Amino acid sequence: MKIYNGGKIFIGLLVFAVLAASPFIFNMGKSKTAEKPDIRIDTPEILKLEDKKCVAPREQMRATHMKVLDSWRDAVVRNDDRSPVLVSGRQYDKSLQNGCMKCHSNKEEFCDKCHAYVEVKPTCWECHIEPKEKKS
Amino acid sequence: MRILFSFIAVLALVLIAYAGVKTANLQFLFGVVVPYAAIALFICGFIYRVVKWGSSPVPFCIPTTRGQQKSLPWIAQNKLGNPSNTMEVIGRMFLEVFLFRSLFLNTKTEMTSSNRVVYGSEKFLWLASITFHYTFLIVLLRHTEFFVPTAPFFLDIIKSVDGFFEIGLPRLFLTGAVLLASTAYLFARRLYIPQVRYISLAADYFPLVLIIGIAITGMLMRYVYLTDLVSVKVLALGLLSFKPVIPEGIGPIFYVHLFLVSVLLAYFPLSKLMHMGGVFLSPTLNMANDSRMTRHINPWNYPVHVHTYEEYEDDFREKMIGAGIPVEKEGVVNGK
Amino acid sequence: MASKFSATPEELSKIDHNPPKKGWMDTPVEFKEHTFCWGAKGKNLAALELPNARDWSPADEDWKLPENWQKIFLDGMKERLGKYRSFRLFMDICVRCGACADKCHFFIGGGDPKNMPVLRAELLRSIYRRYFTVSGRMFGRAARARDLTIDVLKELWYYYYQCTECRRCSVFCPYGIDQAEITIIGRELFNLLGLNIEWIAGPVANCYRVGNHVGLEPHTITSSVEFFCDDIEDVTGIRINPTFNRKGAEILFVAPSGDLFADPGTYTAMGYLMLFHELGLDYTWSTYASEGGNFGFFTSNEMGKRLNAKIYAEAKRLGVKWILGGECGHMWRVLHQYMDTWNGPADFMEVPVSPITGTRFENAKSTKMVHIAEFTADLIKHGKLKLDPSRNNHLNVTWHDSCNPSRAMGLLDEPRYVLKSVCNNFYEMPENTIREKTFCCGSGTGLNASENIELRMRGGFPRANAVKHVRDAHGVNMMSCICAIDRATLKALMEYWVPDVEISGLHELVGNALIMKGEKERTLDLRLVPLPGKAAKE
Repeated sequence: MKIYNGGKIFIGLLVFAVLAASPFIFNMGKSKTAEKPDIRIDTPEILKLEDKKCVAPREQMRATHMKVLDSWRDAVVRNDDRSPVLVSGRQYDKSLQNGCMKCHSNKEEFCDKCHAYVEVKPTCWECHIEPKEKKS
Repeated sequence: MRILFSFIAVLALVLIAYAGVKTANLQFLFGVVVPYAAIALFICGFIYRVVKWGSSPVPFCIPTTRGQQKSLPWIAQNKLGNPSNTMEVIGRMFLEVFLFRSLFLNTKTEMTSSNRVVYGSEKFLWLASITFHYTFLIVLLRHTEFFVPTAPFFLDIIKSVDGFFEIGLPRLFLTGAVLLASTAYLFARRLYIPQVRYISLAADYFPLVLIIGIAITGMLMRYVYLTDLVSVKVLALGLLSFKPVIPEGIGPIFYVHLFLVSVLLAYFPLSKLMHMGGVFLSPTLNMANDSRMTRHINPWNYPVHVHTYEEYEDDFREKMIGAGIPVEKEGVVNGK
Repeated sequence: MASKFSATPEELSKIDHNPPKKGWMDTPVEFKEHTFCWGAKGKNLAALELPNARDWSPADEDWKLPENWQKIFLDGMKERLGKYRSFRLFMDICVRCGACADKCHFFIGGGDPKNMPVLRAELLRSIYRRYFTVSGRMFGRAARARDLTIDVLKELWYYYYQCTECRRCSVFCPYGIDQAEITIIGRELFNLLGLNIEWIAGPVANCYRVGNHVGLEPHTITSSVEFFCDDIEDVTGIRINPTFNRKGAEILFVAPSGDLFADPGTYTAMGYLMLFHELGLDYTWSTYASEGGNFGFFTSNEMGKRLNAKIYAEAKRLGVKWILGGECGHMWRVLHQYMDTWNGPADFMEVPVSPITGTRFENAKSTKMVHIAEFTADLIKHGKLKLDPSRNNHLNVTWHDSCNPSRAMGLLDEPRYVLKSVCNNFYEMPENTIREKTFCCGSGTGLNASENIELRMRGGFPRANAVKHVRDAHGVNMMSCICAIDRATLKALMEYWVPDVEISGLHELVGNALIMKGEKERTLDLRLVPLPGKAAKE
């Protein structure tokens, strides 16, 4: 089968194919990236806990933790409601630094790994002061 | 009927994916097999269609000219409406492909009460089309955060502009909302403009409903039924590096979204959506109006039976001589 | 059988553009009187060696088709899908956005939804989908695919002879989809079955044997021109003696034969003669290649080529350096976009150079054929013509861009420059009805018959409507144009819709304004009508 204006059509199709396949091309030889980031929940504070539970189940926290933080921010900053959250008999401060980070004190190993992996840049640290972690 | 059909078809697709994942645990089918098949169909099908067009030659130089030709040096040529060389053709194609110039110049014909015709400007089709296409492109580019291990340079820019107003959390991306709105408009105009409704086929409603479905599931996932993005990205990168994995904890809505996208990809080469490739090959747009300057070659030009001058003179020689018209064969009568 | 067409303009202008409730696939075609042309006569098809030559009538139940007509049609379609990228692409990529829907003059003036370009194309696409696509084969009616039945064929025929290939839809299509291209191919398919119309087949048969559409034999051409020269002598006192079939002339002049046949085209021919005489141009007419127009183009690509071949053949025989072409619309579609490809290369001629100004027509360097509007505009620009535009002062002129020179060439400002140089009162019609957005006369592509008069009046309605606008606003009483079919048909259109506007060719007005060496004081225009204020002093 003869292709007329074959040169131009070939170039056009090449551009199309490269663009369409570019996600594959960028992933070539980068097999490691397919692995899930390994987040650490072995901070001293967590290790001290008997039942290692957060304010919500793990699956839910993974998907919706930003919503929890958002609602806490609204409650505290906008409604002046600092009453602690009570989950299965344990009290949590509605606070990023005094609540979450009390246990999850390892920002780099806990927060950043996933955020970096999915290219998310949360605005937490635009107001909060970033904790200085001791490098171990 | 055509409209209902499209809705039912897309709804069926949604249910298939939802039920498949929720009740039959067909995550591997909907997360790996179908996407791979869809991408293969998309790329191969697209190339096949374009090659098929390429296998038909362009026998004649038939640009549709929109403006003054290049003729005398002191007459201003409309280079972008009536290009006479390759550079000008590129200019015309650029305006057509990237700015939808023809649609921009669209008019609307109306009858007045006194039975006169008047022509007004009509920009809504252009506006909806161009916002639809560009928001779709931006949404697609935004998804590169799931496609590549490290984000391309444009991602941050797109996201910060797109989410500029920081409405809600996760913050609202305007393009998603505009995409949905423009698609809905393109759908609605097929319903309320009587002529357009009359010409619309199921093949016109279906892709719109499908894209609406994709946009809605995408937005639901982002704003309402939040999904564990890390797992989603693990799945995506697994696919893209040919080491597919199905991570735990991805909700069915993701699979519905992915399935609708797969259907769109697979449907693409079978449908009118191929105008994406076709616009570049349209001979009325992509040719220079230079047919009197350069001879255009028709590869299948063949000799035809013509009535020659000799035959003509044989028919009319006496009359020609009588009228004082010079002839080739003086004194020959009736070809003898 | 035929009743006289009696609808008044008031009745005809009540147009409903809303489509019916019933879908188009369920609305059978109705052959309405005064909207279609008579079928081609067997003798004319036979003379052209075209298939299935027999007398037939579209109004008859039996179209006398060959037994295997479906196969012929579908094989023809398949062949053309492989031969024309335009055809395959235009079958495939329409998204039915509707931008073209209200752009067709037949739809605007008639309201029949099947005259929306998109739907006219869909009539054929439904066949394409059924026989040439997977989805059509699989889903049939649901994918708007349908079998090629005799009723479908008749519907296609009816609407493909309600398209004048004017390309206005193509201007508005985001992909440039050109219904003209689809109509051209549709008509090729009909011609495989002997389904031409007489108003095309007759002129084509004439043109093939006699040399021109109207069937003027050589001695009739010379006597017609002689007659024009008599009139010119009456007007100017100058005797012109043009030559025919003269070997060794520098330029071959080819005009549409309509200009030799009936007014107001004849006045345009007088204008040509006067201009060339005044310039002392070394040119000749041909009686063999006495037709610039090409109704073969409305039959098939092959037929177009067969008729067009005469122009280069004659140029070669006479040994001319280049060819000058008269005022005709589709003639220039063919000359500009097809002639060189069909019958070139014209390497036996030279790049056209105006012997008067020395201008080299680089834009025609391969085809070697120059449009007379380009030629005359160049003369005027170089001050080579003495003109008295006040001789056209009795005319308030507007300009009708003819479809083909506008949308298949881009000849827009050359004629305007000439027009503005030869008349003082020039008024443009509204912006959306001129230049590349111009409206067809409604009678192009061989639809200028008398039996389809309602179709013609409807198709010409948008043009007439725009003329009415400038007549009311500026007192326009003359519409000038560069198309022989326009000159032949706009007259009837104006009589129907805008009775007090007349039609002229561009070079009629040039002839009026041209101050010739040794001429007597002009008291008449080329129509032998006394010039106001310059009446003969007896």
